[in-house]
Amino acid sequence: MEALKDKLESSFLVFENEINGAADSPMHARRREAFQRFIKMGFPTKRHEEWKYTNLKPILKHDYRVFVNDEQTVDFSAIKRYFLNDVDTYKLVFIDGYYSSWLSETTHSDFDICTFSNMLTKYKDVGEKYFNKALPEDEALASVNTAFAKEGAFIRVKRGKTVDKPVEVIFITTDHGVETMTQPRNLVVVEENAEVTILERHQSLSSQEVLTNTATEIFALKDSRVNYYKIQNDAPNASLIDSTSVRQYSKSNVTLGTYSFGGKFTRNNLNFFLEGEHTESHLDGITVIDGKQTVDHHTLVDHKVPNCYSDEMYKGIYDENSHGVFNGKVMVHPHAQKTNAFQQNNNILLTDKSSIDTKPQLEIYADDVQCSHGCTIGQLDEDALFYLKTRGIPEKEAKALLLYAFANDGLRNVKIPVLRKKLNRLIAKKLNVNLDFEL
Amino acid sequence: MKTEESYLEEVTASEYKYGFYTDIEADKVPPGLNEDVIRLISAKKNEPEWMTEWRLDAYRKFLKMTEPKWPNVSYPEPDLQAISYYSAPKKKKELESLDEVDPELLKTFEKLGISLDEQKRLSGVAMDVVVDSVSVATTFKDKLGELGIIFCSMSDAIQEHPELVKKYLGTVVPKSDNFYAALNSAVFTDGSFCYIPKGVRCPMELSTYFRINEAGTGQFERTLVIADEGSYVSYLEGCTAPTRDENQLHAAVVELVALDDAEIKYSTVQNWYPGNKEGKGGVYNFVTKRGICERNAKISWTQVETGSAVTWKYPSCILKGENSIGEFYSVAVTNNYQQADTGTKMIHLGKNTKSTIISKGICAGKSNGSYRGLVKIGPRAQDARNFSQCDSLLMGSSCGSHTFPYIETQNKSAKVEHEATTSKIGEDQIFYCNQRGIGEEEAIALIVNGYCKDVLNQLPMEFAVEAQKLLAISLEGSVG
Repeated sequence: MEALKDKLESSFLVFENEINGAADSPMHARRREAFQRFIKMGFPTKRHEEWKYTNLKPILKHDYRVFVNDEQTVDFSAIKRYFLNDVDTYKLVFIDGYYSSWLSETTHSDFDICTFSNMLTKYKDVGEKYFNKALPEDEALASVNTAFAKEGAFIRVKRGKTVDKPVEVIFITTDHGVETMTQPRNLVVVEENAEVTILERHQSLSSQEVLTNTATEIFALKDSRVNYYKIQNDAPNASLIDSTSVRQYSKSNVTLGTYSFGGKFTRNNLNFFLEGEHTESHLDGITVIDGKQTVDHHTLVDHKVPNCYSDEMYKGIYDENSHGVFNGKVMVHPHAQKTNAFQQNNNILLTDKSSIDTKPQLEIYADDVQCSHGCTIGQLDEDALFYLKTRGIPEKEAKALLLYAFANDGLRNVKIPVLRKKLNRLIAKKLNVNLDFEL
Repeated sequence: MKTEESYLEEVTASEYKYGFYTDIEADKVPPGLNEDVIRLISAKKNEPEWMTEWRLDAYRKFLKMTEPKWPNVSYPEPDLQAISYYSAPKKKKELESLDEVDPELLKTFEKLGISLDEQKRLSGVAMDVVVDSVSVATTFKDKLGELGIIFCSMSDAIQEHPELVKKYLGTVVPKSDNFYAALNSAVFTDGSFCYIPKGVRCPMELSTYFRINEAGTGQFERTLVIADEGSYVSYLEGCTAPTRDENQLHAAVVELVALDDAEIKYSTVQNWYPGNKEGKGGVYNFVTKRGICERNAKISWTQVETGSAVTWKYPSCILKGENSIGEFYSVAVTNNYQQADTGTKMIHLGKNTKSTIISKGICAGKSNGSYRGLVKIGPRAQDARNFSQCDSLLMGSSCGSHTFPYIETQNKSAKVEHEATTSKIGEDQIFYCNQRGIGEEEAIALIVNGYCKDVLNQLPMEFAVEAQKLLAISLEGSVG
């Protein structure tokens, strides 16, 4: 871990040299501050309460290359399957951290769907207003990302506009023969009464270890509606650390779905900061993993103001030697009266080698609230299984069917039918069951 | 309102004013903590060599530790060097009659429905009446002796039953368990020791009411309860009456050992001085309580926590043997500026182990209450089962209630359920009571008692009644 830290330190100097002209800009000052914070904090260890159950050491011990300079091209056919194919979408495709214009489809008409670097030059004012204003400062990995922030998606929907098609953001990492680390940075600003649906995906095509340390900031201004879905189904040697922060202003409605099936190691730090009254937040997650996979979900819903509603539902199925972590924190500040906050975390362990550590956490400083959390770890309902068997469904299929139904709840807020179908297929595939119907 | 200083001053001053320390002065160790002090404590208590070594070992371990920072409480760190770790039992000024007792205290007694004699005993009035607690204690002690039950002070146990103490002391809570447990291991002055022989069902509630060791057990109490195979004991600690204690810091350790088929029921009512309404003063209550269950054994913790300025306390069960059962029932009430971080740990190691956690938190005023619990299912704990429910009731808009449940499962056959809710007393519920002519305060007492019923039901009868009233008193004036 120390080696990687040293490497990041020298890389940061290189990075500062490269952006020579912009090194004095206020944006870069934020990067530098973030980097200083990281240097002070270092990488989190298991002694850190938020990392109690997840050991970063094996992930950070690799000798990652921080900047990949030899640009490679990828054929559309090679990555076609990662897109939503049956529906027209805006696309932002990045290969090894560089924007690939010929694979992408962007627009600047009523809304800006372009790149982070584009924003840095063209919309400096937006950058100054929003860049690094949502992510919490005490997260080491988000700070590293901020320090190296130069490319990723930039989506701004102007007042009153609805983006007519879903936006797909895909980050591809290709094989360079070395272990690589990428740090995409996304910024989403949805202005008053605007609406957008975004799909994010990270995909490694490399046979080497890949670490993606991504960060996304979402600003949902007054009356806006945002749907954001993450499909985490990466290659078996790819690790992902995802820091996402959402700031919600009054009467906005944000849905964030995290669907984790693949990858060696996945850590999600998801923060919702509720800044205005009468907001609605939905956080959904489905985790179906096996082998030696690890998926760690850390969520925070920060109720700062009264009259907000948040609902969280995370479902997990853990097979073989997999390890799951769920830490859901709901914070209700003083004066945040009439808060409704719900949280549900259900898990099924399929083998004795799999394990789950969960910590649903409520911190409440206001009295007129309704908050609840429920957490279960258990098995399939024997009666239901028996019933299916009496109907002639073999045990294996019956079990898969029940597991499928269990996980399927997490799709309740997926509003794109094609995506729903795709996720359904992914769940079925992961559970090794052939379903010829849709729930 | 008494400030912290004036409160302490008053207590310390009173000792000198009445000159009770003439013969005791020599017996007091100067404040401070070092190896010599520990040797001195051990020597004063005439302890055998192995005990002294045990203490010193604990002290050396303690030196390497730091005060835990993770509980969700904030308080000025107590100065451990300013404490005198050994002083001979203090004689309290005996009052002539109840008239001399603080009227506020008497009012509380009245509300609790404590009998006159009991009132006198609790407030330190000399008793010449029939029911003398000491004589009661002796009669009970004889009766227990017939059954082979050993119930004595820890100091006596070290002298008289060294083999049992040696075998079990520190096996459940190791010396290096945590900062305050290590401190306790090094300097504990007394506590109770209880041994129930094989197959014996203890015929009465063992409790502090009949305790043999003198009233001021000191701030570092050590309790060890051993229930041998097939035995049963119900142990009661604390009392509902407000205890005004001059010690700021209390760091007790309680160890329970339930051998095969044994059952231990441990109930606590804690009502130490919580500080005044401005949050000045009050006791720090940092307790380590843990029990170990062998095959088919059962340990049940019940606690009603209403006092202390700062509490952190996690009575735990290690369910080591097959089919063992752990239970935890808790009511924690915080008012004014009190802070409580309490909960339990259920560590399932054996097959078919079961645990139940019912925790009810009530927060009023500007207080903060936290539930912090761990349910751990080990890889060999086939068919382990846990049910947890932690509810919090908030009264007033400046209090806080928090839940930190940790659930770690490594076995697929485990069934773990956790449920938590936070809400306030329904206005419609109060309105309904008002409508039937029940005043607001009484209505709240009624609702709170209903809310805590699951836990209060676990308490021995006479205690349960007092505990109910205690809840009402603790919450007095919290609604307005």
